[in-house]
Amino acid sequence: MSEEQIKNLEEQFEARIARDEKIEPKDWMPEKYRQTHIRQISQHAHSEVVGMLPEGNWITRAPSLRRKVALLAKIQDEAGHGLYLYSACETLGVSRDELYDQLHSGKAKYSSIFNYPTITWADMGAIGWLVDGAAIINQVPLCNTSFGPYARAMVRVCKEESFHQRQGYEIMIKLANGTPEQKDMAQDALNRWWWPSLMMLGPTDAESIHTEQSMKWKLKRKSNDDLRQQFIDQTVPQAHLIGLTIPDPDLKWNEEKGSYDFGPIDWDEFWQVVKGHGPCNKERMKARVEAWEEGEWVRDAAMAYAEKQKERKEKQAV
Amino acid sequence: MGTKNWPLWEIFVRSKNGLEHRHFGSLHAADAEMAIENARDVYTRRNEGVSIWVVESKNITASNPEHNGEMFEPAQDKVYRHPTFYELPDEVKYM
Repeated sequence: MSEEQIKNLEEQFEARIARDEKIEPKDWMPEKYRQTHIRQISQHAHSEVVGMLPEGNWITRAPSLRRKVALLAKIQDEAGHGLYLYSACETLGVSRDELYDQLHSGKAKYSSIFNYPTITWADMGAIGWLVDGAAIINQVPLCNTSFGPYARAMVRVCKEESFHQRQGYEIMIKLANGTPEQKDMAQDALNRWWWPSLMMLGPTDAESIHTEQSMKWKLKRKSNDDLRQQFIDQTVPQAHLIGLTIPDPDLKWNEEKGSYDFGPIDWDEFWQVVKGHGPCNKERMKARVEAWEEGEWVRDAAMAYAEKQKERKEKQAV
Repeated sequence: MGTKNWPLWEIFVRSKNGLEHRHFGSLHAADAEMAIENARDVYTRRNEGVSIWVVESKNITASNPEHNGEMFEPAQDKVYRHPTFYELPDEVKYM
């Protein structure tokens, strides 16, 4: 194809997206669109999968059967979300093995928030309430993104996600209304998860390199700073309602703006964790790689069994 | 890395009797039986289905979107295939 032809195709392509048409896997697309989507969708899938690890830590120690079934169901959903997203990503011509390899080799990123430890039961509450809350704010606009398989996966994910947030907030309500020790535990979890949750919504607009192109392709509908403000405005009253304090001395309602002002975010910490120096980066990757490598004989055995069955059936048919 | 990767399957789910099976997504499994079991866990955790079909992805032949013009445009100018193309006297009801 000549340069001019490609330019022409690109213009038609951008116009389709501007008209709110969806792009499907077999449609022509610019190479950069394909690569950007592989990167974003796979990072999203990896985040769902790695996100199971901090919560898996508490399954055996959930304080009641009710909490245990809810936590198990939530973690199973996250596995499901990872799978929806991996298969959406594979429609772009990348294999599942390549995607796993990118995660395991450290080439692909996942959400940094999962590199923090879950040291008390209250962390299960804080994660559901804050981390899933921030994730929902990020994900809802993606239900209308331009790439069809990603948009469809996000619709399913968002439908399932709101139970996650509610179960987390319910854990916080119970602890906040419990003994003084339980309330302290809830407050401590909020103190530790608040700032990482704000960071989860991404670098400030001034530092975000992908925003403009992503807006055009509807991979992003609102800027990181807008999403962060939305998260703060909706979450602060929920903390107040159950008698917990947001760990930000500068947090103040701004009547004029109709939203909260908040203190500076420690972006050095964010970049440290992104670069692999968070408290649990190594542990998380070790767990993933081990699960993959130690599961290899199971995958091989299942494949060998399937092939044997197929051969047997073919013989019988003769 | 495994010697042989599990193939990809396309999953179709009937959400209730009376409705058709609809494409829900895809997943990897060693064989058809495992694809159905995995589809149960991945796509019907909340009563989304009463029946599942699985088809190995490589067995699907798709039309090429680059040929959409010759494939689908001929239908566009055949307005006489629609009831509104035909003129009726006002007195005729229910037709």
